[in-house]
Amino acid sequence: MKKPVKQKNGWLISLFLGALSLVFLFPIFLVLINSFKGQFYISDAPFSLPNAQTFSGLDNYKNGVEKVGFISAFGYSLFITVCSVAAIVLFTSMTAWYLMRVKTRGSSALYYLFVFSMIVPFQMVMFTMSKIANLLRLDNPLGIILLYLGFGAGLSVFLYSGFIKSIPLEIEEAAAIDGCHPLQIFFLVVFPILKPTSVTVAILNAMWIWNDYLLPYLVIGSRYRTIPIAVQYLQGGYGSRDMGALMAMLILAIVPIVIFYLTCQKYIIKGVMSGAVKG
Amino acid sequence: MQKSLQKYAAVFLFPTGICFLIAFLVPFVFGLYLSFTQFTTVSNTRWVGLDNYLRAFTDNGDFLNALWFTAAFTVVSVLTVNLLAFSLALLLTRGIRGTNLFRTVFFMPNLIGGIVLGYIWQLMINGLLLGAGVDITYDPRYGFWGLVVLMNWQMIGYMMIIYIAGLQSLPGDVLEAAQIDGASPWQKLWHVTVPMIMPSVTICTFLTLTNSFKLFDQNFALTAGAPMKKTAMLALDIYNTFYGRIGDEGVGQAKAVLFFLLVAAIAFFQLWLTRKREVEQ
Repeated sequence: MKKPVKQKNGWLISLFLGALSLVFLFPIFLVLINSFKGQFYISDAPFSLPNAQTFSGLDNYKNGVEKVGFISAFGYSLFITVCSVAAIVLFTSMTAWYLMRVKTRGSSALYYLFVFSMIVPFQMVMFTMSKIANLLRLDNPLGIILLYLGFGAGLSVFLYSGFIKSIPLEIEEAAAIDGCHPLQIFFLVVFPILKPTSVTVAILNAMWIWNDYLLPYLVIGSRYRTIPIAVQYLQGGYGSRDMGALMAMLILAIVPIVIFYLTCQKYIIKGVMSGAVKG
Repeated sequence: MQKSLQKYAAVFLFPTGICFLIAFLVPFVFGLYLSFTQFTTVSNTRWVGLDNYLRAFTDNGDFLNALWFTAAFTVVSVLTVNLLAFSLALLLTRGIRGTNLFRTVFFMPNLIGGIVLGYIWQLMINGLLLGAGVDITYDPRYGFWGLVVLMNWQMIGYMMIIYIAGLQSLPGDVLEAAQIDGASPWQKLWHVTVPMIMPSVTICTFLTLTNSFKLFDQNFALTAGAPMKKTAMLALDIYNTFYGRIGDEGVGQAKAVLFFLLVAAIAFFQLWLTRKREVEQ
């Protein structure tokens, strides 16, 4: 990091970026003020502040939470995200280590299959995947974790492999000579070294799974709603939807993300930076 | 060590491998096969050859329209996102006051999901169009520029972070040497900084390109294709074909295969192009 240097016109740039920050935050602020207005006062005058006539207190929040079952949606989202990320971190790191340390034709073929899966768009497999999930009874919050592990494996194995290549073999060989069997080598020696990559993998997958709409909608959407499905659920016919409840749900969907971001900001930005340097 | 590790192959490979098989490999291969058949469920398939691929273009103009819309959207958003993100990164690496706060704010929208983003901007844009007495569904151009603005709002912070990382790793002496040689700030930027951060440019164009091209959630929430499917991008058109009318599932799967081939072709072409420039410097 550079030390702050006195710049000429530095204050001008600060002023400009400050104004731009306000522009960036404005859409969220707009949703926030509208979430306190009665539902019929939103579309007609979105830019006006609530007044005595239009202010509706927390009605929209109560309404919305009831209508979409927000509490359980939050629970499902949290459960699915946390478990899937844990499964991805644990199992793909094991797989990546194996594939990097055992050099056979089969292991390199499998590695390239994982890399290949990264460029395949979800639409290519969405129909067949949801049918297979139905068939195998994976259409519940537990089963969907297996789907996330499978569909997220490509990127995660790739990220882990890139890092494992740079770990000197001597460390593991020393452990092997000391009598560790492979599982001990992995969990006692390799896995701790992988920690920075694990943070990256966890952050990238958490961002994806928490916000994912189509996969959970197609697989479990008819019985279990995650937060994105709950928000989309409010979209009835155009015009007939409850705008107030929608605004309140948008705010409730954003709040956990903002809290998470502000508390783990350092890791998130680092994770995104090193996740990008993967080529 | 390889020998003893191979005995544990099942432990290390099985959990990921079986899920990969269920969630990706089997659906992918099965999807390829289904694109050559007519079906409504997966058990009543009838081989129709290339019929589905033909119908993707001839049934109606939706697919071609989505293709042009997606292509135009991708070009515009890749250019705007990267230009703006790079400019912000330049401003935020000069050590001015408030750098951390600005970085925090600009990155935040990236963490919000596509569905939520779509509805936030629907409120914004419909509010702005209120004066003209219309809403975003009135004209496809509104939907187009709405999506571009949304994409910029979401992606600029992400790309900015990557460019900042690239700029911070630049060796200072090269820029100093250029300074001593009498290069103007503009020359320094164009002839020293830009060539040296080409790896970041590669990553950022790759990410914006594939993310724009594959966009679904934002499109689905902001316009859902209105008016008359004119603002439906490829991913949304495929979704609509699959779940719109019974009997069109095969056409949807054929479109999905074409979509996959396009994404793959674009990804490889882009990596090849920018990699080439990286080597030249």
